[in-house]
Amino acid sequence: MALVLTEEQSMLRDSARGLISDKAPVSHLRHLRDSRDATGFSRDLWQAFAEMGFAGLLVPEEFGGSGLGCVEAGVVMEEIGRTLMPSPFLSTGVVAASALARAGNAAQKSEYLPKIASGALLASLAVDEGAKHRPLQTSLQASRSGNGFKLNGAKALVVDGHVADLLIVAARTAGSAGERDGLTLFLINPRAKGIAIERTVMVDAHNAARIEFNNVEVDVDGVLGEVDQGFAPLDVVLNIGSGAVASEMVGLSEEVFGRTVEYLKQRKQFGKPIGEFQALQHRAAQLYIDIEITRAAVLKALQTLDGDFANAAAAVAVAKARAGVTATRAVQEGVQMHGGMGMTDQFDIGFFMKRARVCEELFGDANFHAEQLARARGY
Amino acid sequence: MADLEQFRRETRAWLEANCPAEMRRPAVSDDDVFWGGRNARFSSEPQRVWFERMRDKGWTVPDWPREYGGGGLDAAETKVLREEMAAIGARLPLSSFGIWMLGPALLKYGTEEQKKEHLPKIAAGLIRWCQGYSEPNAGSDLASLQTRATSDGDHFIINGQKIWTSYANYADWIFCLVRTDPNVKKHDGISFILFDMASKGVSTKPILLISGYSPFCETFFDNVRVPKSHVVGQINRGWDVAKYLLQHERAMISGMGERGAGRPLGQIAADSVGSDGQGRLGDAILRSQIATFEVDEAALAAAAERTTDLAKAGQAHPAFSSAMKYYGTELNKRRHEILMSAGGIDALEWEGERSKDGARPRAWLRTKANSIEGGTSEVMLGIVAKRILDLPGA
Repeated sequence: MALVLTEEQSMLRDSARGLISDKAPVSHLRHLRDSRDATGFSRDLWQAFAEMGFAGLLVPEEFGGSGLGCVEAGVVMEEIGRTLMPSPFLSTGVVAASALARAGNAAQKSEYLPKIASGALLASLAVDEGAKHRPLQTSLQASRSGNGFKLNGAKALVVDGHVADLLIVAARTAGSAGERDGLTLFLINPRAKGIAIERTVMVDAHNAARIEFNNVEVDVDGVLGEVDQGFAPLDVVLNIGSGAVASEMVGLSEEVFGRTVEYLKQRKQFGKPIGEFQALQHRAAQLYIDIEITRAAVLKALQTLDGDFANAAAAVAVAKARAGVTATRAVQEGVQMHGGMGMTDQFDIGFFMKRARVCEELFGDANFHAEQLARARGY
Repeated sequence: MADLEQFRRETRAWLEANCPAEMRRPAVSDDDVFWGGRNARFSSEPQRVWFERMRDKGWTVPDWPREYGGGGLDAAETKVLREEMAAIGARLPLSSFGIWMLGPALLKYGTEEQKKEHLPKIAAGLIRWCQGYSEPNAGSDLASLQTRATSDGDHFIINGQKIWTSYANYADWIFCLVRTDPNVKKHDGISFILFDMASKGVSTKPILLISGYSPFCETFFDNVRVPKSHVVGQINRGWDVAKYLLQHERAMISGMGERGAGRPLGQIAADSVGSDGQGRLGDAILRSQIATFEVDEAALAAAAERTTDLAKAGQAHPAFSSAMKYYGTELNKRRHEILMSAGGIDALEWEGERSKDGARPRAWLRTKANSIEGGTSEVMLGIVAKRILDLPGA
């Protein structure tokens, strides 16, 4: 398959870009932040996303979705990255939809997937516990209790967890932290007894929560997939999520870079545009090359997720690691090349820097993914 | 799509049946590379068999038209062939500046007569070409070249000197930039001309490099007579041809940063550095350098694939080869720094059986030329800044 977007994918990009740049430029995020909006995103826009078929993009057609793939999800994520639009697309449309579509039983799929596609249900994956993304270290305990389980522990960086209608929780039903076996995924109603949700105001003004589970009861119907065998589907979903966030970072990097190059052309010092200085030209050229190469790596990962799923892990590790390094570089150069203006809150560049930092931690940073690659290659 | 799957199956089966086992191992020495030419020698029987079988299919140049000795494959089929060759680690049957550089330029700018004369001989490995571009005073500023071609009836008389001419001492013919008009702007008086290295007045002198090898030569022209019909493109418009060819040269050099099949770098390093109880490379900092390198290497491979696909789709920026050249060569230098670090003391030996005559340090030193030859890294960044980013006054 050619490593370029198909005509249909390009059309999808154009329609996503049209909607997002029109309804949710960076000023949209700024307004939500400054007004301390309780939801943190626009429910109207999420409804518009649903009407355009984006919310259910990864939901199979039989459940009311579009039945598209990871490349298409990446196309939308990239446009989200350009304007930093806060949206449940990642938490619900990508991660939760994938988890349910791939690991859910017939009843779970029919109950939740149509509601995701219609925009009626928001869902969040709760996996991280410590300061760093280490899914194998999951230690939130789910102990057998009657006809089900009792959950105790805490989760962090639960994206959109403050408004979720459904939580997908990774918990340990057997074994100990670090082991692959013994993890189980649970579908949990966030309003269940024993759950305490704290909305965490984040550096990037996007949305996340810390959630405590105190003797939360869930019956066996709430198990997503197989008991003790949750790591396999979790890994799949984390790979899809990583690919999606990598796409967001490509969009973010390219937008910052575009704004920075424009500034180099306009800003005059010493009587000429600063873009005439070779020191800046070469750094801009290096950054451009980094972004283009990262773009290719990310598209490769998304295509592999769609076409050769069993072998996608290495490609995803490469993509997320590259995207992290590239985005970090892009935002740093963006601020530096904008000089003092880049340091002001009034200027948008800082929003990109903050979002890049959060994207870097989501689903594992560049170091985490380089480590995955090293292990996969046997050193 | 179904046809393509059919083609993939047939290609896989053909390669399986026709690529000798010896030709599925990575090339390690110069002997493992077949360059063709009048004086070509095969270093082994499998090398000969593999070359001849691929030549007979037209697959030394799979995407060239059949009438010029190519395989006549379309873009998608060519990609399938490349993927299937990579899957079994098949070596290139023929390495050739004729294939990588001159051929594409002739296909675009050559007359029908020139194409019919030269392309089939390139495809069949009969003629080995070298490139006469750089001069002692025309390196990064290539267009300031001074080798003169003066008109003499239907011939040019060529006088001057080239330098860094790769394998000029083994080459049969040269594609050469010469100044045909010294009285106009420097870019407007250059012609692109082809001639036989056996012509009277051509001489070469190998240059000893820091690697101890001499892949490059000085090449001298003393009243060399060349028919004017050997000019490719229009007289005094050679810069257009030169630039087009440079795009292909840069793509070729950036490809040096890619590896085919073969062991991961971390495992090679483990041979000398050792591993800990969990199978991790014994030097944690080297391990992280290698992992970071391999991330970038895999990304470059994806970018190379995408660059080809964008070109076939007509969406490529013509200057993007400069971006790839920059990244690929810097990456290859990084790879060899890592190999030297991993090899440690063992990688310091320069002679003798144990070190295969210093293969590793010599290869390491050779890569330092990657970011100089075909346009320096600094020139590449300047081209990206000016032609792609449109930055002012670059």
